[in-house]
Amino acid sequence: MTAARRWEGLLFVAPFVLLYTLILIFPLLRGVWLSLHRVALFGPDHFIGFGNYARLAADPIFQQSLINTFVVTLMIVPPLTAIALALALALNRAGPAAALMRGIFFSSAVLSVTIVTLIWRFVLAPDAGLLGELWQALGWEPLPFLSDQRLVLPALAITTIWWSVGLPMLLFLAGLQQIPQEMYEAAALDGARRWTTFRRITLPALKRTTILVVMLQTAAQLQLFGQSQLLTAGGPSGASRTAVLFLFESAFGRWELGYASAAAEVLFVIILAVTLTQYWATGRRGEGERGLRH
Amino acid sequence: MSLELKNVRKAFGATPVLDEVSLTLQAREFVAFLGPSGSGKSTLLRIIAGLETADAGEVWLEGRRIDTLPPGERGVAMVFQHYALYPHMSVRENMAFGLRNARVPSSEIDALIADAARVLEIDPLLDRKPDQLSGGQRQRVAIGRAIVKRPKLFLLDEPLSNLDAALRLRTRVELAQLRQRVEAAMIMVTHDQAEAMTLADRIVVFNDRRIQQVASPMEIYSRPANTFVARFVGSPAMTLAPAALTGEGGLASVQLGDGTVVQTEVAREGLPTGDLQLGLRPEHIKVDPTGAGATRATVELVERLGERSIVYARLKNGLPVTGEDGGLTTIKVGDEVGLAIDGSAAHIFGPDGSGHHRQSA
Repeated sequence: MTAARRWEGLLFVAPFVLLYTLILIFPLLRGVWLSLHRVALFGPDHFIGFGNYARLAADPIFQQSLINTFVVTLMIVPPLTAIALALALALNRAGPAAALMRGIFFSSAVLSVTIVTLIWRFVLAPDAGLLGELWQALGWEPLPFLSDQRLVLPALAITTIWWSVGLPMLLFLAGLQQIPQEMYEAAALDGARRWTTFRRITLPALKRTTILVVMLQTAAQLQLFGQSQLLTAGGPSGASRTAVLFLFESAFGRWELGYASAAAEVLFVIILAVTLTQYWATGRRGEGERGLRH
Repeated sequence: MSLELKNVRKAFGATPVLDEVSLTLQAREFVAFLGPSGSGKSTLLRIIAGLETADAGEVWLEGRRIDTLPPGERGVAMVFQHYALYPHMSVRENMAFGLRNARVPSSEIDALIADAARVLEIDPLLDRKPDQLSGGQRQRVAIGRAIVKRPKLFLLDEPLSNLDAALRLRTRVELAQLRQRVEAAMIMVTHDQAEAMTLADRIVVFNDRRIQQVASPMEIYSRPANTFVARFVGSPAMTLAPAALTGEGGLASVQLGDGTVVQTEVAREGLPTGDLQLGLRPEHIKVDPTGAGATRATVELVERLGERSIVYARLKNGLPVTGEDGGLTTIKVGDEVGLAIDGSAAHIFGPDGSGHHRQSA
């Protein structure tokens, strides 16, 4: 192949490469550059090396926001995965009723975060909310979900699960559709009970889907922002301030762009590390299996 | 007695697939369900396995009614067309799965698997996963998974259809050996008559929701119950020619549309009145290139198979006939040839399609 032809080929991918560089690569590098400076909104930037990172390491508010992020991610991802799988199992059948239910459970995913938090504010508010009235009807004191430090992260988690369950459910449904009916027939002839069939046939077949769901959701929930910003603004006393909310406040509240950039880089590295660890931990066994082939 | 089907009926929605099917299998018998696609043979197999429910009728196996039991408790094992091996389990686990579910002790499971693996020569594969096996190996594992359960009845759903031609022949021989080793009866669904003819003790021919004939392979071939069986079994298919009774005597002689008279060995007595058809297999119509014989025909196609040649020709009145000549035939398309018809092997079919044959010797 001649050099001229290679250039023609490059021409075809050029629009994408250009756009990708402009809106992804450049901001990424610019962010790294910013994080090494004290950035003033007006006036020149001052190079301060790892000063911003050192400050972050000592900042209790940033540390708390990281802890909050991990805790809320742990509260969301396992139940979300389990609920999505349960819904998919229940709705993996023909007929208009199941189709309608699939539509209903997926519909929350198309809502914007503003609407979602609005809905859940009505549900969670202790004086007039849905849960409050339910609690009162049962004769209990209504729980102040959004103003109690111990309840606010669970409340965020529930809101997020409700909002995000649609896509994982669809992924699991797609995974279930891939399992040939013959597998279940063979299992029936092998005398497998429902639980055995689920554990030995269905679950192994959904392994890849489950890994995908967990990885996508972990990466997504480590960036949780809108729910926390709109429902509680990080309160009470920072109990629901997530990492992204922290960097939003630093950047667009206190206009410390360099400091916020450093926080963003730290979060980026954390998400990358967590995702790669998950990929590595779940992918290795598959490698071993393939290695046996000849 | 092994399996007994009593008036089994099945419809999918408004489409009937089986009408009042009854059948009895002897102990250790190997029966082939033979029929075209959609004839109901696979549905019947699945009803026996418990994967479909019959609308009416009963299924009994060795004196026990099984159509009310779940598939796993019927004492049947099935080899699926696409093998249906569990992809995440090793060969050993695939074979052990059914036994574990039946709470067979581990030591016994190991012994059963070792036994089956030795017989099927799959010992070296026991720790592999199905996707590391060839098609033939998967087939053996699927059979092994059925054997270890020591079923009272084996069900084989088109067991050879996924194998290439060479492997199919070899596996056919292996299946024949397998049935010598197992105590159970076997049912094999197939649309390949060669499989049915070579493997089965008896063939059950299905068409149009009903059993057309149940008989030994040779009887199916030499005494087909009706025109469907006559045309479906045997390759190339039997020639069926409209014919009219003629002459006198205890044995029927018939006249074909072009005037040829064929003296058969079918008893005249008992033949129905109305439009008859004469049935002749290709090997009973010898084609003579010199034009000698009972009648003449124009050749339309010659298939040279090596040991013999199949000649497709047309009689003067336009009726298509299929005959045979030697492997080194000189016949060409367009030739005028003579046909020597062996009337002693001819069949006569009544207006309802029912077959009449010469008295068995």
